[in-house]
Amino acid sequence: MSVAIKANRLTPYLFLAPAGIILIFALLYPIGYMVYASFLDWSPSQRIGQAEFIGLRNYINLMSDEAFRESFWVTIRFAAVVVTLEMALGVGLALLLDRNIPGMAVLRTVFILPMMIAPIVVGLMWRYMYHPTVGIFNRTLKDMGLEGIPWLSDSTWSFIAVVIADVWQWTPFIFILALAAMQSLPRSALEAAEIDGASEWQKIILIKLPLMMPVLIVTLLLRLIDAFKVLEVILVLTNGGPGLSTEILALRIFRTAQEFQELGEAAAMSNVLLMLLMAITIGMFAYNRVQEARAARQRAIAEKGDD
Amino acid sequence: MASQTQTRNPAFYALIAALVFMSAGPIALMLATSFKTNVDVYDASVSAFFFTPTIQNYETVLCNVLWYEPAHVDYCDPTFGRALKNSLIVGLISTGLTLVIGCMAAYALVRFRFMGRGTVSMTTLLMRMVPPAVLLVPVFGIWTFQFGLDQTYTGIILIYTAMNLPFVIWILQSFIVQVPIQLEEAARMDGANPFQVFFLVVLPIIQPGLAAAAIFTFRIAWNEFLLANALSGRSTRTVPVTIVNSITEYDINWGVIMATGMLLAIPPILFTFVASKQIITGMTAGAVKG
Repeated sequence: MSVAIKANRLTPYLFLAPAGIILIFALLYPIGYMVYASFLDWSPSQRIGQAEFIGLRNYINLMSDEAFRESFWVTIRFAAVVVTLEMALGVGLALLLDRNIPGMAVLRTVFILPMMIAPIVVGLMWRYMYHPTVGIFNRTLKDMGLEGIPWLSDSTWSFIAVVIADVWQWTPFIFILALAAMQSLPRSALEAAEIDGASEWQKIILIKLPLMMPVLIVTLLLRLIDAFKVLEVILVLTNGGPGLSTEILALRIFRTAQEFQELGEAAAMSNVLLMLLMAITIGMFAYNRVQEARAARQRAIAEKGDD
Repeated sequence: MASQTQTRNPAFYALIAALVFMSAGPIALMLATSFKTNVDVYDASVSAFFFTPTIQNYETVLCNVLWYEPAHVDYCDPTFGRALKNSLIVGLISTGLTLVIGCMAAYALVRFRFMGRGTVSMTTLLMRMVPPAVLLVPVFGIWTFQFGLDQTYTGIILIYTAMNLPFVIWILQSFIVQVPIQLEEAARMDGANPFQVFFLVVLPIIQPGLAAAAIFTFRIAWNEFLLANALSGRSTRTVPVTIVNSITEYDINWGVIMATGMLLAIPPILFTFVASKQIITGMTAGAVKG
């Protein structure tokens, strides 16, 4: 009997053990290791014990590195542009298509496709379409008698090209989340507004959007985090070029480790990227808290006023 | 209902059709190009979608796994056939492993009240925050110098399992919470031990959740490039790695590379058509309900 009780007590730990072991050894340990490695002068042929401890020098080198600063701003610009465009398009389309049309199921299925196929393949598809001579865009332009666009060989156009590919791939994500949020809105609020004679626009701005706000903020946060992780599509499309015009941080980390074999410096860059993402996440959470607290306070005041 | 009357408006159908076209167009173009000869690709007079199709590109790519020798292939490059096998091994094993381990952990977290859902959601979000590029340096270093797992399947499978676990635990938790505890109590009264209860009672009920988790996990393992590139050796390279290796060359054979891309894209596309509902559930669960 006592053995059985003991076994029962141990069961939860037995169930958790494999997951715990894997997460600790294959995820937490590497991340801690990375923080340590960022203080080392380390190349891939060395064991980590042989690498020299150089304190903050990797970080100082980064701060004074023109190319790193440039790629830091490219990352920020890329994330800001794609997330803004995708939020506007995704939420706009969701507002427009929030009705029972038979074709919606097909649209939703087709819309998931770009997110499901490998980013490498997405990059491949767009690279083919952007191709200066065989690509469909320039061929169409030439057929219409216009000049072809240097999609991937001009620094401004290549940034636009990368943004378009990302918008194509990820707008559906926002659309699907916004649509799900919209369809779980309380019907009563909308019906009450209709009875009061609210126009479509008033309903959207005064009721739908405010009620969807919590979901939209989480969606924005998720998309923003993912925008900093984009790598494969850009790697295949432009490999960061021309110049540094599309070299976002994730790509720079990859190239620093792979091509230039500077593991310590790559670790320091990884740390900067991680801290940036952490700051965004914490900022979003704090903003959410403040908003909730303010809403609660307003509700309390409103209720007092009613008494 | 005002919105009901507007559904008859043909403009909405036109909009939906346009969106479907924009979304599926590039994929259709890739599919079409994969059946094109390289001569036709470079010939401006050949239309993008209307031409004489050929399966030569697929034969070139799969030459070493085909049961016959394609006549037009002079030299058979076994790279892709091998990579396809590697991708399948890595994808299937890591998915299976993640599901079993994740399921057990999710069950323990729900039934034995270890941590609240809040803690797990928080961990999942924090893990989602970590870009694979950030894991590149430490995982490469540790796997090579401490675990001795570089260039092996085990190394790649281990990191994929670890990367996917938080999400799988989190999504399965939301399904396990819905399993009535009475069912488990009844099974236990009949003399089943905790493991039997878990495998024979709980698992069959949460199948839809398992399907969603399996698709997401397999997709990541199947599509991932960065870590596979750093950890795999010549004989363990996965398909995304071989694709990137083959496009860095100056002269690209578009037909062949599109056929390769298409083969890589087929499993996720199939999943999408078979289980779009589960995928949407998995995608929206986090933001809308959590």
